[in-house]
Amino acid sequence: MVGVEPAADERAARLHEARLHEARSVLGRATRAWGGQRASAPSVLDERVLPVAGPLRSALPGGGLRRGGVIAVRSSTGLLLALLAEASAEGAWCALVGLPEVGLVAAAEAGLALSRVALVPRPGADLVAVTAALLDGVDLVAVAGVERLRAGDRQRLAARARHRGAVLLPVGRWPGADLEVAAVAGQWQGLVGGGAGRLRCRKVKLRVSGRGAAHRGRATSVLLPGPNGAVAGVEWPVGGGRPVDPGRSAEAGVSERAAG
Amino acid sequence: MGEPPPRILALWCPDWPVVAAVAAAGVGRHRPAAVVVANRVLACSAVARAQGVRRGLRRREAQARCPELVVLGADSERDARLFEQVAVAVEELAPGVEVVRPGLIALLAQGPVGYFGGTRPVAERLIDHVAGRTGVECQIGIADGLFAATLAAHRGVLVEPGRVEEFLAPLSVDELDREPGVDRAELIDLLRRLGLRSLGAFARLPASDVASRFGADAVLAHRLSRGLDPRPPARRRPPEELAVALELDPPVTRVDAAAFASRALAERLHRLLAGHGLACTRLGIQARTLDGVELSRVWRCAEPLTPAGTVDRVRWQLEAWLTRELIRRGEPVGEVGAESGGIGLLRLSGEEVVTAGALQLGLWGDVGAADERAGRALVRVQALLGPEGVFTAVLGGGRDPAERARLVPWGDERPASDVELAMGPGMGLGVPTVGGSASAAGTVRARGSDAGELPPWPGRLPAPSPTTVLARPVPIELWDSSGNPVRVTDRYLLTSAPASAAVDGGRPVPVHGWAGPWPLDQRWWDTTAGWRGSRLQVLLGGSAGIGEGVAVDSAVGRAAGHGGARVAESADAALLLFCRDGRWSVAGLYD
Repeated sequence: MVGVEPAADERAARLHEARLHEARSVLGRATRAWGGQRASAPSVLDERVLPVAGPLRSALPGGGLRRGGVIAVRSSTGLLLALLAEASAEGAWCALVGLPEVGLVAAAEAGLALSRVALVPRPGADLVAVTAALLDGVDLVAVAGVERLRAGDRQRLAARARHRGAVLLPVGRWPGADLEVAAVAGQWQGLVGGGAGRLRCRKVKLRVSGRGAAHRGRATSVLLPGPNGAVAGVEWPVGGGRPVDPGRSAEAGVSERAAG
Repeated sequence: MGEPPPRILALWCPDWPVVAAVAAAGVGRHRPAAVVVANRVLACSAVARAQGVRRGLRRREAQARCPELVVLGADSERDARLFEQVAVAVEELAPGVEVVRPGLIALLAQGPVGYFGGTRPVAERLIDHVAGRTGVECQIGIADGLFAATLAAHRGVLVEPGRVEEFLAPLSVDELDREPGVDRAELIDLLRRLGLRSLGAFARLPASDVASRFGADAVLAHRLSRGLDPRPPARRRPPEELAVALELDPPVTRVDAAAFASRALAERLHRLLAGHGLACTRLGIQARTLDGVELSRVWRCAEPLTPAGTVDRVRWQLEAWLTRELIRRGEPVGEVGAESGGIGLLRLSGEEVVTAGALQLGLWGDVGAADERAGRALVRVQALLGPEGVFTAVLGGGRDPAERARLVPWGDERPASDVELAMGPGMGLGVPTVGGSASAAGTVRARGSDAGELPPWPGRLPAPSPTTVLARPVPIELWDSSGNPVRVTDRYLLTSAPASAAVDGGRPVPVHGWAGPWPLDQRWWDTTAGWRGSRLQVLLGGSAGIGEGVAVDSAVGRAAGHGGARVAESADAALLLFCRDGRWSVAGLYD
């Protein structure tokens, strides 16, 4: 009996603890739901590497976006959105500076939580000041129009990102970037020919290069965008169309259509 | 019985609707005039009344009795607007004015009577003052309770304290139905048929019998006829200015000095607001430089400002102003001589306030530190670029990608987006967690079921959406294999299959694939926003050329153009085209 007592106590205490935890999480969810847009996802953002979507993980050194780094994104807006998506969904804040024409619907489809995405479409002459201010408080800062920055400004911004633990994602050339991710656009899938079908997904080869661990220049293939707008693995999408055959252009389709 | 009602001074402007209408229409006061609503006379001037016009007459009959009658329309807003002058004039002499309705003001008699030394001097002063200020004639009545005071004002009588029942008793029960907005015609008719012709007779009935026999409104009327007050008047408070100002001497030219000054000022504003039980959601910051330039900006905040938040905003705003001032003068930022301009006066005002209870933090620690940090950074960017420099996006309904996304300035209320609502917070918008076809299929299914809950937008293009949405569509030409331009027929079919295209007058490139056209005919009832046309997806070969051609003003396009050498020659550019009025344009890029 004496031996049982503490065990029962402990079990009761554990149960109590679990219940309390459950109640807290339910109440927290309720509060968040009530707070609407102020909902903050459970914060697992204290790690040094911000998460990226599964298919991109193997392509990046460290399996994610290292805090304090500069990751230059080349030649694809979709790639930029895909890189931001997972961290944003996990509760990180993103800022898109100087990207007035980014497709916001595509961003939502890629997986970004738009309530935590700040848009500074026209930073104008204050690009450096705006970016520096954003690096103070925002986890991921994507900046376009970086070609006209001077080397000194670039170094200052990189130092700011390193100091604040933010990730700077310049869109375009950035000499001295820790990592450069480029998308080599491949074939689109989903156009059946003759006007039928629609663009569903695109196979893209990622070319990652950079200093240190990444200097070997890895190459990975992903679907960008995947069939639902988010990045996906390269396996053929279920129910997707055949790849377009450029040689067999669309005459056949037109005759079908004309007949129909 | 209850407490005796307080002494009320009622100031009544006879025939106010007519007075206001005549003043607004610029009709001479000597001419007979009447305000007519629903073909019945609502009010008439004294001149018209002398010629036989009465309240409730048909318009035609009134005009028959008085052919030169000026007929005016009723407008309660106009009445209220013009009456505000009278209210202000009364307020100059006596505080605590309550406007009962346009034409009738009530205030507690005690104060002014004591101040001016008697009821008669008060009445004379008020009548003279109102006539002097506004040119409006009015009558004064003082009695216990608003009802009796109003009746007294109609007669220009000053009823002694405690003699209100005596004053009311001989009056007709019709007096219960004098106020507009109250319809007691049925009750009065009933009372007349019961032989209760005076208020005194009605008042002598036991209250419990009235309640059991006639209902709630009759109880109120009974209380009135006994000289009791149904409710004490609520005081009209003059709107107070929630603002604090600070003269800066010597003028502030350095940001840190300005921040120091703003701290005390912000504390004062918050003490002022807290004294009224209020918190500020829109903060007005005004400053005057030594050169006499007035600077002003209003800060909107999603949640009520704390004193620290106010200080931050003032500091950022001052920083932005001072920096701009220095740049304008061409001086190096940071080091300034004291004599080079600077800010001489700083003023903070609560432009929009809420009750202070709204300034409450989440009970379960919800306002995350990260959110707060990000919010501060964004507000700081707003200080640099102005409030319209930082946005968040809200997805809404619509068919083309540009109209689905709406930008909301940071700090403004973010309306809940239909997509987020339907997805729920836990869905995370369907991000596949593991690569592979199984998870991809699962995500598609999940999204499909969620999409069922969204409001339907038939004709919306499904995901993926274009990653670049051009703000200004770029023209594009499409040709078929024999070089004829491709058009859309009236049946929304292509005249022929596109084989080559030229973006914005560039060199022609081959079309490697296309899908569509998908017709769109929306808001046909709206001549400006409505349009009809078609959408088409095309794959163009030789994307480097497209990158330069399409995205002339797109930063992404420029980036793509720079990296063009790296893009393989075989890569296709996927474009979303709109056809409108027979012309093709590029609406978006899948890049």
